[in-house]
Amino acid sequence: MTETPNPVAFTTERLAKVKEIIARYPEGRQKSALLPVLHVAQEQWGWVSSEVMDYVADILSIKPVEVYEVASFYTMYHLDAVGKHVIEYCRTGPCCLMGGEEIYDYLKQKLGIQAGQTTPDGLFTLKEVECLAACGWGPVFQIREKFYMNLTRERVDEIIEELSK
Amino acid sequence: MAKKILTEHINVPGIETFEVYRKQGGYTAVEKAIKTMTPEEVVEEAKKSGIRGRGGAGFPMGMKWGFLAKPEGVPRYLVCNADESEPGTFKDHHLMKCIPHLLIEGMIVSSFALGANKSFIYVRGELMYVIRILEKAIEEAKANGFLGKNILGSGYDLELVVQPGGGAYICGEETALLESLEGKRGNPRNKPPFPAVKGLYQSPTVVNNVESISNMPWVINNGGDAYAAIGIGRSTGTKLISASGHIQKPGVYEIELGVSVDEFLNSDEYCGGIRKGHHLKALVAGGSSVPILPAHLITKTAAGEDRLMSYESLSDGGFATGTMLGSGGFIVFDETACIVRNTWNFSRFYHHESCGQCSPCREGTGWMEKVLHRIEHGHGSMHDIDLLVDVAKKIEGNTICPLGDAAAWPVASAIRHFREEFEWHITNPHEATQPGAVFMGAVLA
Repeated sequence: MTETPNPVAFTTERLAKVKEIIARYPEGRQKSALLPVLHVAQEQWGWVSSEVMDYVADILSIKPVEVYEVASFYTMYHLDAVGKHVIEYCRTGPCCLMGGEEIYDYLKQKLGIQAGQTTPDGLFTLKEVECLAACGWGPVFQIREKFYMNLTRERVDEIIEELSK
Repeated sequence: MAKKILTEHINVPGIETFEVYRKQGGYTAVEKAIKTMTPEEVVEEAKKSGIRGRGGAGFPMGMKWGFLAKPEGVPRYLVCNADESEPGTFKDHHLMKCIPHLLIEGMIVSSFALGANKSFIYVRGELMYVIRILEKAIEEAKANGFLGKNILGSGYDLELVVQPGGGAYICGEETALLESLEGKRGNPRNKPPFPAVKGLYQSPTVVNNVESISNMPWVINNGGDAYAAIGIGRSTGTKLISASGHIQKPGVYEIELGVSVDEFLNSDEYCGGIRKGHHLKALVAGGSSVPILPAHLITKTAAGEDRLMSYESLSDGGFATGTMLGSGGFIVFDETACIVRNTWNFSRFYHHESCGQCSPCREGTGWMEKVLHRIEHGHGSMHDIDLLVDVAKKIEGNTICPLGDAAAWPVASAIRHFREEFEWHITNPHEATQPGAVFMGAVLA
């Protein structure tokens, strides 16, 4: 599990990145930086806790509720602690046509968890997502920025083994 | 070989770099536009090209540009819609990943045409790796004088910003996208005012799809008339088609609009036919929201003519016997696919993605998902079929944005063309399908 450091603060490197992001928008439009900055926060802490959201609100000079309503609207932001690897599994039609449901069942069985759960060793969290725009290469899941495509049982075995090391 | 506009150089090794892209003739459109043309002349070429919005709506891009308000002293914005999320659609993903400079070049000439000095590319957040590819391409273009201050010594300044989304299909709707770009929930806006008058930061804004903008370098280099000479009738130019499902060769193909559906589906140049040992059952031609067609209406129209890959031919017959080109998300189903299960799956998608502003969509998508779930899992009644038709009808046209229609059409069309399959599920509840199960159980297996 990723621990939320206390006090909450971006690393020097990430703070510089956040400042660069804010500078992209016209004067007074720094709220536009909210989605990208939440991605940077999630990169650092693995998920966005309410403390992190308050911190982001402070940095962008907006109200905390403006961050909460956005973080809870978009599906990519994790509002609870997650495992080391978050598997975001596509459950939409075109992937299902390619056997996506069967592979999903296999993956759940292999990890011993259901959607929304984390393995007891804290290594994997499973999340169901909608279409990842990779339908021609389905079934598909994503871990952070990486797409794993044309999934088969054997491929799932390899990926899980590799990431368990 | 069919004409290629977007993908001609896509397989050249190193094409993602500035150097190789430039060697293949890249950025000549920027030179031509900025050094020899006025912004109005660039807009005129876009109009002449007849190119229609490639995100799904098919609205003429040049006309959309023509609507842009130009009040004195107010900044104007160009925003590229790269929030590709329509199930079955993955063409923009492919294009941006493989040949990022094409979009950058298109953004520069289009921004110049519209008088924008700051333009945005809004990419769905799941494609963070593509965002990094685009940002690298922007750096390269800047280092070579094609972006930034005083481009090619012309006095024209342009800054390009790549904005990640946060995971929400609704942000593909242009006003939801603008809300999101302002750091808010992706709730579509009431129109009017349209973005052309009040868009990003309440300033005049044009929102165009990745593929639409990526056509602009070719249009500038070769002229709008040359572009309009490709294709068929009002379906000018080429179109990227994302092909998925039960075909031999899934992938992204660039077609000249007007190629026959039969050729696209069966020739080795494209999909290569249905996977071995199986036969065609149904097709969703333009992304999950367009009406599904049964086998007998796919390669021929109801009148018995060859069906073509064009805006007009695919919609021939209206929704009774036709469909739409939409985003070009071409999903093919063979006889093993369960239409009820697929319709339930699509309904779950729209329920999940409804932003919740309009009650017909917020409630209706959930009702449709629930009813379809119970039919699919053996608990349906015959009355449920009419109930679905009724709910779909009450969502359609009654919402701020087209997500409501997009949710209603797949359900209505599946029942229109495959009613007996829904009935079969209801009369054979013990054989209700499971993942991987086939059409009507053993009947066709």
